[in-house]
Amino acid sequence: MYRQTEILQDATQVSPLNGGGDLEGAGDLIINVGPQHPSTHGVLHLVITLNGETIKKVEPHLGYIHRSIEKMCESLTFRQFIYVTSKMDYLSSHINNHGCCLCVEKGLQIEVPERAQVIRVLMDELTRLASHQLWWGALGMDVGALTPFFHAFRERELINDIFEETCGTRLTMNYMVPGGVMADLHPNFQRRVHEFIKQFKLKIDEYDELLTDNIIFKNRMQGVGVLSAADAVSYGCTGPVARGSNVVCDIRKLYPYEVYNKLQFDEVIETGGDCYARYMVRMKEMRQSLSIIEQLIDQVPEGEFQAKTKAVLKLPKGEYYSRVETARGEFGVYIVSEGGTTPYRIKFRSPGFSNLSALDHMARGGKIGDLIAIMGSLDLVIPDIDR
Amino acid sequence: MDEVKNIQTIAGGFPGDVHQTPTGGVLTSRLDDVINWARSNSLWPLVFGTSCCAIEMMSTAAAKYDWSRFGFEVARATPRQADVIIIAGTIVNKMAPVLKRLYDQMADPKYVVAMGACATSGGPFFYNTYSVVKGADHVIPVDVYVAGCPPRPEALLHAMIQLQEKIKSGMTREQIRDEMKVA
Repeated sequence: MYRQTEILQDATQVSPLNGGGDLEGAGDLIINVGPQHPSTHGVLHLVITLNGETIKKVEPHLGYIHRSIEKMCESLTFRQFIYVTSKMDYLSSHINNHGCCLCVEKGLQIEVPERAQVIRVLMDELTRLASHQLWWGALGMDVGALTPFFHAFRERELINDIFEETCGTRLTMNYMVPGGVMADLHPNFQRRVHEFIKQFKLKIDEYDELLTDNIIFKNRMQGVGVLSAADAVSYGCTGPVARGSNVVCDIRKLYPYEVYNKLQFDEVIETGGDCYARYMVRMKEMRQSLSIIEQLIDQVPEGEFQAKTKAVLKLPKGEYYSRVETARGEFGVYIVSEGGTTPYRIKFRSPGFSNLSALDHMARGGKIGDLIAIMGSLDLVIPDIDR
Repeated sequence: MDEVKNIQTIAGGFPGDVHQTPTGGVLTSRLDDVINWARSNSLWPLVFGTSCCAIEMMSTAAAKYDWSRFGFEVARATPRQADVIIIAGTIVNKMAPVLKRLYDQMADPKYVVAMGACATSGGPFFYNTYSVVKGADHVIPVDVYVAGCPPRPEALLHAMIQLQEKIKSGMTREQIRDEMKVA
């Protein structure tokens, strides 16, 4: 098993790009996938150089959903900017908000009440489940099976209902605020989550029957888009993409925040590095998230759900960085403050951007059909990449 | 005298009358109305999701809300086969020409639903941004606007039903606009 630091010291392990040879030689075909294409999960634009059906080069073009969020944040206060981050990785919106709150709290040295910490972790894990469910359904659609989509959304709606009761919306919640969470848990929360756990434990086995052990699916995924551990680190991959390539990178374990260090859960590592390994990481992560929720749901401590904070937050002059583990990998928030009410500069380190950069490496030498499977296994959210 | 029976209630709003005769029945209607009725019940949407609203659009298509009950389930990946484009998400400057081209590639009659605050007006990205188009109607004409960030699936369903009503009324976008000008 590799640790990121060990690999970085040995740069010789980074393999050259396969496929190789002259690019755009005679008989090569250049085709565009996107920006409007069902398998790009949004508005990604890929320029692919093909020789027959073999991929020689994949060049992602970004910016079709660049909403200048980082620039926008500079004119919003430290309370306001958090709501825009829900719209970046909208499938992990709780976790995005969480990362920003941690950064602001670090600057102001706010102590978050324990109840709020537990609520945050519960929400994070429910978000991770909802995100992985959607990924599972979409991956099924990408490789040609429509059924998983309907199965995944059936369980996802249960989580959406739980969010709606407590947070008020289904998708972009903006529930976390500096100092805690915006409102207390709904009285039905615990009962609803128990119902969800009971149902999802049965259904996740059904998911396995549908895809995991499906021989057609295995043939599409196994040995496709192989990414070695050294390459995963050199491209800056995080999350399930890196963990599928045998890299230890779970922020929840390496740099625990909130109550994660008190919880019993495993960091899921697979050694294959192919699409199937990345698939298995997410499937096992769903069970881990379920176990985290089960550990916490009856242990929510009494007390305040929000620390007392000033109405206007002013971060002391300086630079602040915090990181959280979203459903896609490491999400980092870097704030430069000049001591005013708004940040001087904000930079988000989004997991999708780095994971996408490995796409070219993985797809070279493969077939064009494999490209869709690889993109599905990367679980890209395009507004998270473009920001 | 023939018994005239409006069958709107039994045939999903079919625009015509049934005249009972001893050998069965005769159905009278205007051809335009029948065409619009058929058209409104088989709207094929284009798969066009740019951001968050696309997830709610997927929820609308999935099991709980199931938009196939109203005839929208044949989502097409190519604009040449689509009737209605649901703009699900923010349109930024770089995407605007692409949206225009997609709209131009669609065959007439074509309809546009602007889903969510971003597609309606720029929404949360109205202020302080340099790259967001402040409403998709700066690029292509829009038939129905849906409020929300993102709108609930029920809201999208309601918008699509509104669009059906609009088509059944038999007037084009331009005719409705002119009528509103007179009023």
